[in-house]
Amino acid sequence: MTTAPQTDTVRVARAPRAAARRRTKNPTGVFGGLSHVALIVWTILVVGPILWTFLASFKTNPEIVGDTPLALPHSFGWDAWGRAWDKAHIGRYMLNTVFVVGVSTAFTMLFGSMAAYVLARYRFFGNRAIYYLFVSGLSFPVFLALVPLFFVVRNLGLLDTHLGVILVYIAYSLPFTVFFLTAFFKTLPNSVAEAAMMDGASHTRTFFQIMVPMARPGLISITIFNILGQWNQYLLPIVLLSGSVEDKWLITQGIANINTSAGYEADWPGLFAALSMAILPMLIVYIIFQRQIQSGLTAGAVK
Amino acid sequence: MRHGDGRRSRGLASVRVRKYGFILSFLVIPLILYVVFVISPYAQAFYISLTNWRGVSANPQFIGLENFTRLLSDDVFWAAVRHHALLLLAMPLITIAIALFFSFLLNLGGGSRGGRMTGVRGSGFYRVVYFFPQVLAVAVVGVLFQAIYRPDNTGVLNGLLSGIGIGPVGWLIAPNLALWSIMGVVVWQSVGFYVVLFSAGMAAIPSDVFEAAALDGAGRFRLFFSITLPLIWDTIQVGWVYLGIAAFDCFALVQVLSVDRGGPDNSTTVLPLEIWRAAFTFSKFGYASAMGVALFFLTITFAALSLRVTRRERIEL
Repeated sequence: MTTAPQTDTVRVARAPRAAARRRTKNPTGVFGGLSHVALIVWTILVVGPILWTFLASFKTNPEIVGDTPLALPHSFGWDAWGRAWDKAHIGRYMLNTVFVVGVSTAFTMLFGSMAAYVLARYRFFGNRAIYYLFVSGLSFPVFLALVPLFFVVRNLGLLDTHLGVILVYIAYSLPFTVFFLTAFFKTLPNSVAEAAMMDGASHTRTFFQIMVPMARPGLISITIFNILGQWNQYLLPIVLLSGSVEDKWLITQGIANINTSAGYEADWPGLFAALSMAILPMLIVYIIFQRQIQSGLTAGAVK
Repeated sequence: MRHGDGRRSRGLASVRVRKYGFILSFLVIPLILYVVFVISPYAQAFYISLTNWRGVSANPQFIGLENFTRLLSDDVFWAAVRHHALLLLAMPLITIAIALFFSFLLNLGGGSRGGRMTGVRGSGFYRVVYFFPQVLAVAVVGVLFQAIYRPDNTGVLNGLLSGIGIGPVGWLIAPNLALWSIMGVVVWQSVGFYVVLFSAGMAAIPSDVFEAAALDGAGRFRLFFSITLPLIWDTIQVGWVYLGIAAFDCFALVQVLSVDRGGPDNSTTVLPLEIWRAAFTFSKFGYASAMGVALFFLTITFAALSLRVTRRERIEL
């Protein structure tokens, strides 16, 4: 192991043989070599399947189902991508998902930060009770609520509508959003808000013009957390958007359905093009925002 | 009452009215949404589990604990519970072991340079790559791995194996193997998350601790087992609870990836899948809710137990 120069000389003076032995264990030695092999193997395990999906979307059926699934495609054409976009309605599902997740994340953040702000910074009767009511939602598995939730949405006439999905997404994102942002608003200093109130700003104005800009780092983390969580949601769409409204489906349920429906068995390249289309936006967003995404997703665990 | 008093209290009252009006206006919408779509379904679920509600229009009747006694003699239910037990034991262990190994390499494997511990070369790159599967939807990952696990030589994995002369393996169609194959996908997807999580824990260890240990001649293994591991124990515990809770889910992956949704022969089924099937395939709403209640108590028991068992004396630095 290489150490700082001054410690090295001390050690050499004290025990030359020990130092020499230790130098053989430095990062370029056997251990270093093996650890690089391990790291590269896992890199291939992660990148391989995704790369293979992209390549398979350019192949023809016999090329994929043939005996050499690992060969490169003979030619690069976008036919399969076109088929997936139009015939498998991936374009439609993608736009639906962008709409649903966009609206529901925006309102999750609005309502979540409003509730969290009031709970963090105002004393009133029932404050603790409401806070614990929100936080308790974190400890229930959503499968427990599945049957009654279906009927609540149905009785409101919101089954098979995007509005229903949006409202349910907001409601189920609130516990974590409120939990995290309450802690965040508590860490912000009081003085700025008090000064604004002294100058005659209303409570509402103080919130939107002073506190929200101050809370930006926390808001960004949780926004990313909610966008990814809602974009990747699978259970709620398949329960709330039934087979009779295929034009309203979301991307995850669309992809899963291509996989199971018999009609597509003949079109493997189409399936892989659809998969690539679902992966590509996430890959681009991840490359641009990877630092924020990593901190946003691990934020809950570090708390 | 004198006029002045009345005016002052009216002024005070209006300040208070404004404050409570504000509090109310900020809380009312989130609270209504939350109570209607989250709290009320959870509360109803416990009652529905005590009824024989079947079919969308039928009238549910109260039948006490009958659903639960039926549950106890339901083989599929016990199969699902066994699968959760296996997932609960193996999945966190494998994921955490791999993630710890990689995060140690990425943060401390490069030895110390200029008095600071560093990771191996390219550690930033590896961290970015390893984390990526985490942002993919589980449903998408499920479809992707179906192509990888295909049972004949057209599957990616079997194609690779045939290259070195090993016959095709029925990753998802062999009952003894299918659940492990699915677990492999979970591990594949989540290792990166825990690498990042543990890296944050390791970055928080003061560098002079390693410095002192290195001076005393501690090798890499001592550095890992005697220093790093105890100092990030809190973070590992958080990871353990997360993975444990994930072991009670696995719905999307099993539903998309497994043969016949939970097959072959219920060898991969999990409780969430059975709840979903009982409710939306067979319209057995009471029975589905009873399974939901069972799942809830299993999850809560696990969370409480694991917090208790893994609690160690915290090492203050």
